[in-house]
Amino acid sequence: MLKYLIQKEFKQIARNSFIPKILIALPLMAILVFPWAANQEITHIQVAVVDKDHSTYSRRLTEKIAASTYFRLTVWTDTYENALSNVEAGKVDIILEFPSDFEKQLLTQNRAKVYIASNAVNTMKGGIGSGYMTSIIRDFADEIRTETLPVTYSHPSLSILNSQLFNPYGDYKIFMIPALLVMLLTIICGFLPALSIVSEKETGTIEQINVTPVKKTTFILSKLIPNWILGFIILTMYMLLAWLVYGLIPAGNLIAIYFIALIYIFVVSGLGLVLSNYSSTVQQAMFMMFFFMIIMILLSGLFTPIASMPDWAQTVTLFNPLRYFVEAMRMIYLKGSHIMDLGKQLLALSLFALFFCGWAVMSYRKTN
Amino acid sequence: MLEINTNIEKPYTPTPPLGGRGGVIETIDLTKCFGNFTAVDHISFSVEKGEIFGFLGANGAGKTTAMRMLCGLSKPTAGQGFVAGYDIARQPEQVKKNIGYMSQKFSLYEDLTVKENMRLFAGIYGVKENLILPKIDETLSKLGLTAEANTLVKKLPLGWKQKLSFSVAIFHEPQIVFLDEPTGGVDPITRRQFWKMIYEAAERGITVFVTTHYMDEAEYCRRVSIMVDGRIDALDTPANLRAQFHAENMDEVFTKLARKATRIES
Repeated sequence: MLKYLIQKEFKQIARNSFIPKILIALPLMAILVFPWAANQEITHIQVAVVDKDHSTYSRRLTEKIAASTYFRLTVWTDTYENALSNVEAGKVDIILEFPSDFEKQLLTQNRAKVYIASNAVNTMKGGIGSGYMTSIIRDFADEIRTETLPVTYSHPSLSILNSQLFNPYGDYKIFMIPALLVMLLTIICGFLPALSIVSEKETGTIEQINVTPVKKTTFILSKLIPNWILGFIILTMYMLLAWLVYGLIPAGNLIAIYFIALIYIFVVSGLGLVLSNYSSTVQQAMFMMFFFMIIMILLSGLFTPIASMPDWAQTVTLFNPLRYFVEAMRMIYLKGSHIMDLGKQLLALSLFALFFCGWAVMSYRKTN
Repeated sequence: MLEINTNIEKPYTPTPPLGGRGGVIETIDLTKCFGNFTAVDHISFSVEKGEIFGFLGANGAGKTTAMRMLCGLSKPTAGQGFVAGYDIARQPEQVKKNIGYMSQKFSLYEDLTVKENMRLFAGIYGVKENLILPKIDETLSKLGLTAEANTLVKKLPLGWKQKLSFSVAIFHEPQIVFLDEPTGGVDPITRRQFWKMIYEAAERGITVFVTTHYMDEAEYCRRVSIMVDGRIDALDTPANLRAQFHAENMDEVFTKLARKATRIES
C-alpha cells in the first residue's frame, strides 16, 4: 500500500512546475550566495580623521590605520563638528581626532591623547571597529616607545598569541556552511510537507483518500519518506558543492552527518505535517510554518551565539530542535566530532522526531 | 428521457421493515448537527443488496452529509448506521474496506495519468499487484479510454473524468458504491453511458447508492427516497411514488415535496 502512495508523491513532485527547480536552485544559492551575504566579519569601517595637529606623528598614525584592511579613511577635516555631520549622514562609522598639541605632548610629556568616537547605531560595527582601532593605536604607542627610549632599556610587555582552532583562518564562510545546510534542510523538508496535506484538502483529493481503508500511519509515512529521500539528495548535493566551491570537506564522519540529518528531517517534516493537518488552507499552513521557522532559526544559535542570549532565551532554546541540529552539524563538520560525542543532540533530536511524527499521525483525521 | 435497456431491471420485491437487519445499508434515526443546525434529522431507511437506491433532495437538503456519514467520513451526532454490516460510528475503517465512493467534486489526482490513478487506488484497496494491470486494461477498453491511458487526468473533459471516477470507485469490487451527483454537468450521451455502467455494476451485485438532481434518472432507480430539510419525506419505487402523489412523473413528485422545504438553499 505504502509503495503506491510513495510513487504517487514522487510523480507529483516531479510534475510540479516549480518544486524541482527550487530543489536545484536553493542548494546552489546556499553555497554560492548565502555564505557571502551571511558574513558577519566587520570590514570597510569608514573613518573620519580630524587632524588638528598636522604633525609627523599624527600623519604616521593615520597612515598606519589606513594600511589596515579593516578601515577606509574617507573624510579628512579640521573640526569635530564636520566629522560628526558625516556620521549623521551615514558616511562615517568612526571619528579619530588628534588634538592640536598631540605631537608636542607626546615629545615633551611622553603622553598624548587621541579621541575615538564610534557610531553605535550598528553596535557590532561600532564596537568591533573601536576595538580594532584601539589595538592599532596601542601598537603605534609601542613602536614610538622603542624608537625614543634607549634600546638597552627594556620594558615589560604582554602580547597575546591568538590561534583559531578548527577554522584556522577564522573564515566566517566556513563557519556558516554547516549552518546554511541546516537552514536548507529545514526550509525544504519543513515547507514541502506543510504544503502537502493541506493542498490535498484544497484540491479535494484527500476526500478520496479518506474514504479508502488506508491506515493513518501509512498515509503519513507516504508523506514523510519522500521528504527523507529529497533531504538525502539535497544533503549530498550541498556537501559536494561545498567541497567544489570552498574545498571544505567535513572533518567528521560522513555517515554521522547523514545519520543525524535524517533524524532531523523527520523532526521538521513531522512539524510540517502537523501544521498541515491543522490548517484548512495553504495560506494558513504557510503563515504558521513561517512563524515557527523564524522562532526556530533565531533561537537556534545559527546566526547569534546562544551563550550570549539572556538566561530565559537560553532556556527556550532547549526546546528548539534546530539548536541541537546546528550544534551537531558544526561539531561534526568543523571539529570532526565523533557520533559518540553527540549523545545529547542525538537523544534530543530522536525525541523530537518521535513527538512530531506521532503527533502528525494523531492529528490526521480520516473521519470528521 | 434517456433510453435504458430496461430488461436489466429486476422485478421489485418489498424490502424488510425499516430498521431491520436485512439490508446492506441500515440507518436508525441517523442525525448530524453542525452547531444549532440539524443537517440530517433522524433518518431511518434500509437498502437491499444489489439495489439501485436513488437518494433525492433539493440542494442543502442534507444528502451529501448523510452520504458522508454512511461512508465513514463524518461522525453521526446521534442515531445509528450500518453499512456492509459494520457500525459507521465505531468501525468506519471497516466500512471503508467494503465501499467505493465518488464525491460530488472530482477528487482524483489531476496531476497523475488515468492509469496511475487507477493503479494508486487499486493498490490502496489492496488489489493484488499482478491483477491490477490486466484489470486496468480491461476497464479502460470498456470505458473507451485506452488511448488516454497515459494522459494526465486534468486534460480530460468532465464527462470522461466522471466515468473514470466511477471506475476507480468500483475497481476493487466493493459491496456498495456511493455516488454523489455523478452526472452533474455531463452531456446526455455520457449520462446514458454512465447509467449503463451503473446497471452493469448492479448486475454484478454491487449495491448502488446514488444522489441526483435529474428526475429522469430517478426513474431508473429501483427505489428512491426524497429528503426535505434533513428528513426523508418519501421512500418507495418511482411507480408507487407517482401513484401516491397523483403525479405523472418523478419531476412532479419532487416538486410537490420540495415545495414544503423551509430551509434556505445553501
